[in-house]
Amino acid sequence: MANFFLDNKDFLYHLSHPLMKKIVEMRERGFADKDKYDYAPIDHEDAIENYKQVLTILGEICGDIIALNAESVDHEGPKVVNDRVVYAAGTQENHDALAKAGLYGISLPRQYGGLNCPLTCFVMSNEMVSRADVGFENIWGLQDCAETLNEFASEEIKQEYLTKVCMEAATCAMDLTEPDAGSDLQAVMLKAHWDEEQQTWLLNGVKRFITNGDGEISLVLARSEEGTTDARGLSMFVYDKKHSATKVRRIENKMGIKGSPTCELVFTNAPAKLVGDRKMGLIKYVMALMNAARLGIGAQSTGLSEAAYREALKYANERKQFGKAIIEFPAVYELLANMRAKLHASRAMLYETTRFVEIYKTYEAIAKERKLEPEERAELKAYSKLADGFTPLLKLMTSEYCNQVAYDSLQIHGGSGYMKDYPIERLYRDARITNIYEGTTQLQVVAAIRHVTTGTFLAKMKEYEAMEYCPEVSHLQKLQSEIIEKYSKAVEAVASKNDNEYIDFHARRLVEMAGHIILGYLLMIQAAEDDNYRLSAEIYVKTSVAEVEKSYKYIMDSDPEDMDAFKMIKNA
Amino acid sequence: MNKPLKIVVLAKQVPDTRNVGKDAMKADGTVNRAVLPAIFNPEDLNALEQALRLKDKIQGSTVHILTMGPYRAADIIREGLFRGTDGGILLTDRKFAGSDTLATSYALSCALKKMNPDLIIAGRQAIDGDTAQVGPQVAEKLNIPQVTYAEEIIGFEGDKLIIKRRLDRGVETVSSPVPMVVTVNGSAPECRPKHAKLVMKYKHAKTIFEVQNLEEDYYMELRKSREYLTIPEWGVADVDAEDPQLGLTGSPTKVKKIENVVFQAKEAKRFTSAEEDINGLIKELIASHILG
Repeated sequence: MANFFLDNKDFLYHLSHPLMKKIVEMRERGFADKDKYDYAPIDHEDAIENYKQVLTILGEICGDIIALNAESVDHEGPKVVNDRVVYAAGTQENHDALAKAGLYGISLPRQYGGLNCPLTCFVMSNEMVSRADVGFENIWGLQDCAETLNEFASEEIKQEYLTKVCMEAATCAMDLTEPDAGSDLQAVMLKAHWDEEQQTWLLNGVKRFITNGDGEISLVLARSEEGTTDARGLSMFVYDKKHSATKVRRIENKMGIKGSPTCELVFTNAPAKLVGDRKMGLIKYVMALMNAARLGIGAQSTGLSEAAYREALKYANERKQFGKAIIEFPAVYELLANMRAKLHASRAMLYETTRFVEIYKTYEAIAKERKLEPEERAELKAYSKLADGFTPLLKLMTSEYCNQVAYDSLQIHGGSGYMKDYPIERLYRDARITNIYEGTTQLQVVAAIRHVTTGTFLAKMKEYEAMEYCPEVSHLQKLQSEIIEKYSKAVEAVASKNDNEYIDFHARRLVEMAGHIILGYLLMIQAAEDDNYRLSAEIYVKTSVAEVEKSYKYIMDSDPEDMDAFKMIKNA
Repeated sequence: MNKPLKIVVLAKQVPDTRNVGKDAMKADGTVNRAVLPAIFNPEDLNALEQALRLKDKIQGSTVHILTMGPYRAADIIREGLFRGTDGGILLTDRKFAGSDTLATSYALSCALKKMNPDLIIAGRQAIDGDTAQVGPQVAEKLNIPQVTYAEEIIGFEGDKLIIKRRLDRGVETVSSPVPMVVTVNGSAPECRPKHAKLVMKYKHAKTIFEVQNLEEDYYMELRKSREYLTIPEWGVADVDAEDPQLGLTGSPTKVKKIENVVFQAKEAKRFTSAEEDINGLIKELIASHILG
């Protein structure tokens, strides 16, 4: 009888965030749907009540069904039968429960049968599902594809496919990577050609590492322009499983997230529809899809941290050694408090980023209905820039943290944690993918570094710095100001060398410095709300000071020539 | 026969006796309802699912819940609306208080005469009393056929409803004309979850009593324009029931004594961790229906 929404009051905190008023008002376009749909909210309070109700249903399914299936799904995994994916029994049960509860299409518009909840609620759902079963979150979270269709596809495609997601709980896949095109998607070879006779695009080729590759709806990145070799020859297509023109050649045997089928797919004359404009596949649509997916991994990582932290806390209270519960030992309670601080920081960053993404995306949607006012256009631009910087930073920080939290949770379990008897063994394996897929940590650094060098992060830090905080954390303000100072000096020192390779060399250090400072502020903002947040702010900021200090020292003492010692590895 | 059916599900709000703590029983041996959460009786949920499946199958059919209880039992009607019922009636009156199964089935049958359904479905028994008497007694009072221990209501063959029953030593398939009463076993499929859109639609549904007790009815305007947000309450007068057959006076059942079950040391058995001991224990637990 667990409910993953009701047992976590952080969700209520973020649902009542001041920006939510604006977000709900925008999303509901001034509650215009209230006379058209009997389930549409009539005002802000009604809308928030709706979200709570929806998340309560979801929280119950997470606690009572998905979490209980996680172990058997991990053992059983999906299978390939006659070129098709068959989910593990528990995976199918999870999906059916969410479908019956009418939760698919949680943030899609009502005109397609969706619930029209804000992105914030979709992200919360991702987090809860991940806490219950990290691998299953992929199948649920791939509704991102529907979001992307909603953003860019024609009305005809939206009617067909979004309705399928909302009314038939159709699952999605994003078919991007190929054997020779992983991080480098410009190398995609899968071919799309227009067939005059059938009046359709046909897809031919192979995709690899495709999560839920046998889902009903696939967004496929394909080369539509013959003779091209780079991003400009790629377009986005939507393929419907009903055509039976793909075969699942194999499912990868992975270390973790075993319930999530990772497929190798063969397309043979698969009919597909073009999404949006030709040649914009990678440049525009995949970028949007990847950003949504990165936000998704932020949620997945946070949900995983929540699960791993709870396992550790429970074990540390139950396990007795030397005559007392091990939580009584400083070595253990320090680990736990640090884990919680990282968890709280991850969640704070997750919803801050979500709000930025949500506001600019909603403005973009509104812009298709009417002309935006000048101040609205300015807001769109500002939030879009923040989202662009915060998304890779979020993905980097939360995925690294969930690995650390899972690691420390297993450590607290001691030898027992190394056995398959406790869920932490599974969580530890599941965590490992989060900082790899949807762009490795190293690639998140590449995406985030320009916001270090162009000053997006610094400007936001200064904004946070100027805010008022509750007296209990005012002593942290001085510490934060000091490390902002160090951060900007370090950025300056690196940039002043005018050497791009040197910037790359220090990029991760600089991006993480920014991450520490920003996450620290987000915890300080929350400190007024709850003493547990205050404690996390205290722990987090003090750790940040030491972390920033370390990177600062390293950067200030370094010189482009120092890179030579590292470069020599190439001759090894 | 595939003409639309008017289905009524009998449901009861019960204290959750499945997770009983130390303070679940008062000193006088009665159930301490204050500490136990009030829930939808589990087997009534199985019954509701059977009703909703018939509604899915036979177009135009309706499902209403009839529940008797105090004001707070309106939760049961809402739970039904959230899962797909068309409405429900809360049978509530001080005069119903203290009813045993006889008085309860009398009150329910009076309401049912007024509702005039084609099919009445109920859970086999409630977890607070475990009597399994109310469903059958309702059928007798209405003088219509009854099928107990149902696991699946399959559908119509001609004008007869086909029902699969779960019995101790097997499965029996029977048929009966409607109107009739079916009581459903816990082994029947679980009830569907609450549906997100229905929860949004019906979350403000309230009885008149509940609305009167709100500090301010924020959604009064909404309730005026959306009739389905008012849950009807029926009292004794609404169902033409006769006072002497109601409540304590209508209840011949008298509880003579309630005893706490205290396990004694002599009832304990010792098992070693040897394979045969564990196997023996498991077999014994299955035989006594504690497991499986």
